[in-house]
Amino acid sequence: MSKITIPIGPQHPALKEPASFKITLNGEEIYSMDMRLGYNHRGIEKACEQRTYIQSLYLIERICGICSHSHSTAFTQAVEELAGLQVPKRGLYIRTLIAELERIHSHLLWLGVAAHEVGFDTLLMYTWRDRELVMDHLAELGGNRVNYAVNTFGGVRRDLTPDEIAHILKDMDTLEERTKYYAQVATEEATLIARLSKVGVMSKTEAETLGAVGPTARACSVDRDVRRDDPYAAYPDVQFKVCVDDHCDVYGRVLVRVNELFESYSIIRQLLKNLPEGPIAVKAPRRMPAGEVFSRYEAPRGEDCHYIKGNGTDKPDRVKIRAPTLANWRAVRKMIEGNYLADAPIVIAAIDPCFSCTDRAIELVRPHGGEVLTWGALRQFGIEWHRRHGLDFADLNKKFSQRMERVK
Amino acid sequence: MIKPGRMLGEALAHLGAKPATVKYPFEPAVVQAGLRGKIKFFAEKCIGCKICEKDCPSDAITINKLGDKRFECVFDLDKCIYCAQCVDSCPKKALAVTTEFELAQLDRHKLRFVYHAPDAPPAAPAAQPAAPAAKTA
Repeated sequence: MSKITIPIGPQHPALKEPASFKITLNGEEIYSMDMRLGYNHRGIEKACEQRTYIQSLYLIERICGICSHSHSTAFTQAVEELAGLQVPKRGLYIRTLIAELERIHSHLLWLGVAAHEVGFDTLLMYTWRDRELVMDHLAELGGNRVNYAVNTFGGVRRDLTPDEIAHILKDMDTLEERTKYYAQVATEEATLIARLSKVGVMSKTEAETLGAVGPTARACSVDRDVRRDDPYAAYPDVQFKVCVDDHCDVYGRVLVRVNELFESYSIIRQLLKNLPEGPIAVKAPRRMPAGEVFSRYEAPRGEDCHYIKGNGTDKPDRVKIRAPTLANWRAVRKMIEGNYLADAPIVIAAIDPCFSCTDRAIELVRPHGGEVLTWGALRQFGIEWHRRHGLDFADLNKKFSQRMERVK
Repeated sequence: MIKPGRMLGEALAHLGAKPATVKYPFEPAVVQAGLRGKIKFFAEKCIGCKICEKDCPSDAITINKLGDKRFECVFDLDKCIYCAQCVDSCPKKALAVTTEFELAQLDRHKLRFVYHAPDAPPAAPAAQPAAPAAKTA
C-alpha cells in the first residue's frame, strides 16, 4: 500500500492549541510523524532580561495557565538560592499546599480532557465539576482562579486562616470520595479500558532514552519524581508514595494520574496538620548577586527546569526555561508510531501537552530549505515580509506616535 | 467487575439534581473574599516614592505630583494584570486591593482611571479643585 502524508494543524478541532503534525500513514496505521512547533512563541525569556526580578516573576507565572504556580515556584526557588534567602517554614508549607492543589486541579482537568478525546464526555462533565472545588480554594487563597501569584522572593504573599484550613480539609474529603469513584470507573469501565489499552505504547527503555518526564515516564515504570529525588519546599517533611505503573500505554497514564490525586490529598492533610507557626516571608533585596542557579520542580506534567544567571543588578542576565512538555515531545513521536490515525489525539493528549509553555526559539528553520536565521536576519526577514504585505513599520511607528500625541 | 456503562447510575442520579453552574450575569457572581480586583488608591497616604510604578510588571500605574505632598494616581485598567504587587510594594499602605472585577468598557479611554489628589490647602488657590473621592477621567 502506498504511503500518504496528511497535515494535522496548526488549527485543529482535536487540539486546543496550535501545533503542526505531519503524519505519514500506511493505510490507517501511522507510519511516522513529524512536528513543527513555534506557533506560540512569545519571547518570554528575552522579555525577562528587560524586567526586574519581581516584574519577571509575574511574567514567568503567565507561561502556563494550568501550572502557573510550578513556573513561579521554580523561578522563585532559583532567585532565592541566588540571593541566599532562608524562607520561613510556614511560607514553604503554604507554597507546597498551593502546589498540591494545583496538581489536583491539573490532573482532574487532564482526566476530563482525556475522557473527552476518547468520546467519554460524561466523565469530563463530572471531573470538571469537582475541579471547581479546588479552583475556588485557589481563588480564595491566591486571589485568582488561574494566576494565583502566591509566591514572592523569600516566601509567600498570603497567610492561611483557621477557617480556610477547615474548609480545605472538608473539601479534600469530598474530593477523595469522588476520586475513589473515578478510580473505580477507570478500572471497571470496559469501554474506557478497551479504548486506552495498548494505545501509545512506549517501553521503559524507550522512555528513559527519549528523556520522558512526569506521569508519562512513570506510567512506563520509570520511578522518577523530583519531589522525592531532589526535595524542595516542604516535601522533605511529608510522606508520600511515587505512583508508578507498568502498563506503558495511555491507560497506564490515566491510572498514574488518578493515583497521584490520592497522594496529593494525603500530602495536603499532612501539610495542614503540621503547619508551623511564624512568619510567611522574609524581605528580599532588589538587587540580586551575580551567579548562576538551576532549579528543578515537579510540575503536574513533569519536571520543570529554570536556569537564571544574575549579574549583580536588579535584572537577570539570562533566564532559561525548560517546560515539561518539551521533554515529552520526542516520546510522543515514538508513542504515536504504529497506532491508528484515530488514536493520534489521545496519544498527544496523554502527555498533557502545553504548547504555549514549550515554545522557546532556539533557531528558526525555513520550512523547505533548512536554513538557520540569526537574530538580525530574522528581524530583517520580518520587516521585509510585512512590507511586501503592505505594512511598513517605519510608517506605522510614525502614525502611532502621532496618534499618541493626539490622545494626550 | 469489568463491564460497560459504569457511570450510568451516576448520570441518571443527577438528572433531577440542581445544576452545578451559576447563572451569571443574570444572577450575581460568587466572588471569593480574597479576589484581587481593582486597586484602590488613598491619595492622602501617598508620599510619592514611586516604588509601585517601578515594581509594576505592566506599567499600569503612574503617580503624578501635583503640588506639595499632593499626588494623583492614574491607572490603566487595560494594562493592569491585577497581581497587586503595587499593594505589597507600597511602604505607606496607600494602595489596597478590592474585589471589584466587572471593569469592561466599550470606550477604551474610560479604562484610564484617575484617583484625584486631595484638595490643595487654602494657601495655594492656584491648584485645580478636585473631589477627594474616586472619579473617572
